Amino acid sequence: MWWAQLLNNIAALFSGGVAASTSSFESIATTTLSAGTGWVNFNSIPQTYSSLQVRILGRSQQTGSSAGAVSMLINSVQTNSYAFHQLNGDGSAASGTGTASTNRMDIGVVPTDGYASNIFGTLIVDIHNYTSTTNNKTVRCFGGFDGNGSGTVRLGSGFINATTAVTSLSFSNANNSFDWLTGSTFALYGIKGA
Amino acid sequence: MAAGATYEPIATTTLASAANAITFSSIPATYTDLVVVFNALCSTGGTTGQMLLNGATTGYSATFLRGTGAAAASNRFTSDSSLTVMYQALSSTIPSHARINIFNYAGSTYKTVLIEDAQDYNGSGQVMRSVGLYQSTSAITSIKLQASGGSNLSIGTSATLYGIKAA
Repeated sequence: MWWAQLLNNIAALFSGGVAASTSSFESIATTTLSAGTGWVNFNSIPQTYSSLQVRILGRSQQTGSSAGAVSMLINSVQTNSYAFHQLNGDGSAASGTGTASTNRMDIGVVPTDGYASNIFGTLIVDIHNYTSTTNNKTVRCFGGFDGNGSGTVRLGSGFINATTAVTSLSFSNANNSFDWLTGSTFALYGIKGA
Repeated sequence: MAAGATYEPIATTTLASAANAITFSSIPATYTDLVVVFNALCSTGGTTGQMLLNGATTGYSATFLRGTGAAAASNRFTSDSSLTVMYQALSSTIPSHARINIFNYAGSTYKTVLIEDAQDYNGSGQVMRSVGLYQSTSAITSIKLQASGGSNLSIGTSATLYGIKAA
């Protein structure tokens, strides 16, 4: 029913995740790291969904206690085709920032290795209309981590100036400056349209 | 790549009479993440919406990002007795809404939670996003949703628990 889909889409715009539908949300692939790894990739993504959602549980090998940036590449593109905006809360102030014409999409933050080993960051990434060959792609992100007295919560948007269908996604720490730590998990889901 | 339907409803509760909490117990450990959708009403002024995991009343902290209608702000709670999932005082007539993502709930690391909170009272209210931490390595087997201060949740308050299973 077109009106139900419309309501679903509106609800999704005002929430951090796509509205739940028990029959349309499908698991595509999952990677759980058993050793430190740089890039984590999903390749040959099927073109049978309307949207993708990636759910990340992660820690960065970066030393110290800080917020490690999570970077994403679409279709392995590493040219200055990306832009992103961020709305951040660090526990004391809200702030916004943006970057244009850059070589990756920074989509969130995870704790670095100085935090207690049991603390992982989380991130939900929604990629809409990823099969389109006529539109550029817009991405929405929500995530962060809390260290009981430190941490960051972040909302983000991202863009790639490319009309190519999305067939692969790659995730790294600070544009592959650091490895993901053992136990980091990346789950890719597809959401079907009507 | 493997594919399979997920995002399954596990349980739903709608209050037919006022009660001090909605509790989901004996949560199966067969999913990867949990999602809770919580719509709350409360007739007691000044109450917020809270969540307890496994009934624990220690070990929580959270970092908040809020928009009040006049300004954006960020703050945090540390070493708290619950996770705040609805930051603004609840209304008796306008439902407050929260969507709560609990990652790796059956795992042996501390539990990180992402919370989306929407509360609009036609001239007041706020939108909130937060990341919460529950410092426990135990699997989550129960979730309690409550109003602060032991106040009752009103008739019509509802919550649904979903499970998401990765391939």
